Amino acid sequence: MRFRNLTIGQHIPGNSVVHRLDPRTKILGTTLLIVLLFAVNGFIGYGLVALAIAGVIHLAKLPWRYVIRGLRPLLVILLLTVGLNVFLTEGEVIFRLWFLTITREGLARGGMMGTRLVLLIVGTSLLTLTTSPIQLTDGIESLLNPFRRLGVPAHELAMMMTIALRFIPTLLEETEKIMKAQMARGADFQSGGLMQRAKSLIPLLVPLFVSAFRRADELAIAMEARGYRGGQGRTKFRELRFGRIDAVAIALLVTFTVVVGVFF
Amino acid sequence: METEALLDVTLEIADGEFVGIIGPTGSGKSTLIQHFNGLLLPSSGKVWVDGVDLTHKDTQLRQIRQKVGMVFQYPEHQLFGETVLEDVGFGPRNMGLAEEEVVERVRRALAYVGLDFAELKDQSPFELSGGQKRRVAIAGVLAMEPSVLILDEPTAGLDPKGREEILDEICTLHRERGITVILVTHSMEDVARLVDRLIVMDRGRVALDGTPVEVFRQAETLKELGLGLPQVTELMHELKAKGMAVDTDVLTVEAAEEEIVKALGGQR
Repeated sequence: MRFRNLTIGQHIPGNSVVHRLDPRTKILGTTLLIVLLFAVNGFIGYGLVALAIAGVIHLAKLPWRYVIRGLRPLLVILLLTVGLNVFLTEGEVIFRLWFLTITREGLARGGMMGTRLVLLIVGTSLLTLTTSPIQLTDGIESLLNPFRRLGVPAHELAMMMTIALRFIPTLLEETEKIMKAQMARGADFQSGGLMQRAKSLIPLLVPLFVSAFRRADELAIAMEARGYRGGQGRTKFRELRFGRIDAVAIALLVTFTVVVGVFF
Repeated sequence: METEALLDVTLEIADGEFVGIIGPTGSGKSTLIQHFNGLLLPSSGKVWVDGVDLTHKDTQLRQIRQKVGMVFQYPEHQLFGETVLEDVGFGPRNMGLAEEEVVERVRRALAYVGLDFAELKDQSPFELSGGQKRRVAIAGVLAMEPSVLILDEPTAGLDPKGREEILDEICTLHRERGITVILVTHSMEDVARLVDRLIVMDRGRVALDGTPVEVFRQAETLKELGLGLPQVTELMHELKAKGMAVDTDVLTVEAAEEEIVKALGGQR
């Protein structure tokens, strides 16, 4: 079993215009994209959004194949959505085979849903691909800050995210180590039915949880030993700053969203 | 980025040997021992255990892993059972043994590591002390009754008494049951005292291979690798450099004492 090639929140470092944008600009852009994708109805609109996304990928100098590969984990959901829409929409029948009927409306709807999902996945993945986790959490913290008065623990949330991201590789490594140790005792993680496989995970999960709790304790103590007291009065080494490119980017994004959203 | 963790390693370990493996951090010790029971397979080359080729696709690696028991670093981190009996019995149960046989093996395995079966069997392993956890974890491997036992720094993080006891127990197992022991350690004192043969790893290769006396004669090479000599051996080297007529092939305090007394003319 290989865990190393997991691609959750993968970041591709770079120095392109997109990489240099303030993370808050990119978070805003992603939010606009999501809104836009649900506002747009019609293939011309989707085409324009697709072009815009392609433009960003080009600007960010991201490898195309890598971006497309991000769709793979969601392929099942994608196929299911398209399939259900194609086969279950009522309307003008254009094809019938046994119990399967395809209607003109279904085809259009399935195509739309599929396109919407693909654009959604690819578009939002651009955020994590071009923004380092640290920048991303800094951006989220800064955006949540105004809501602190309403009791949103902005700094704490951001810190939790940072720590969670930081510990993904550590936990994967730990998992591999424990698996090896249990395999040395004759454990078998691969064969057997569903129940048996689930049961065979106990010798893996129990030590993993124990070690995660131990790590959490140790980390908390280490942070306190270094004077961590939450967000109060904490200054930043990397300050977020809106630059001119951010102003240009936001202007473009908002104009694009309004124009496409209203007209298509 | 790929690195070659092991390169050009040719080794034969005979039945009943007590072998020590030392080497600086990152020299490939842990990678090497994981090849001995098929947890890792070489990208090129072969590994044989009792005449069975581990790299062959029909080889039942689970059977090999019963024969070659492996105690990882900090083995107590792999404890999971609700009771000591369940945890130590995990290996034997995976072998498909009958429950009575499993219990019997757990009893024996706990005895090897100096723990009392009746007292501990129903306790949670998580409530034990650090040293006891370590022993329970080692017992979990011993319960499969392997003919080869590999231990990766079994005494790391234990107090001196715990270290001593665990090493003594391993020694007893080797002596009385004749099992082959492969011990990875950073302690020159431990290897000097215990092993018949010492393998020194460096950057994925075998740098030195011989009896402890032979290996420790290569003081220069060992120092270059960032390793040292056992303290008594170091002492003998220094005495000799100061002009005392002592033999430097000394690995234990007792032998050193005898050697110094002899050099002083026989009187204490």
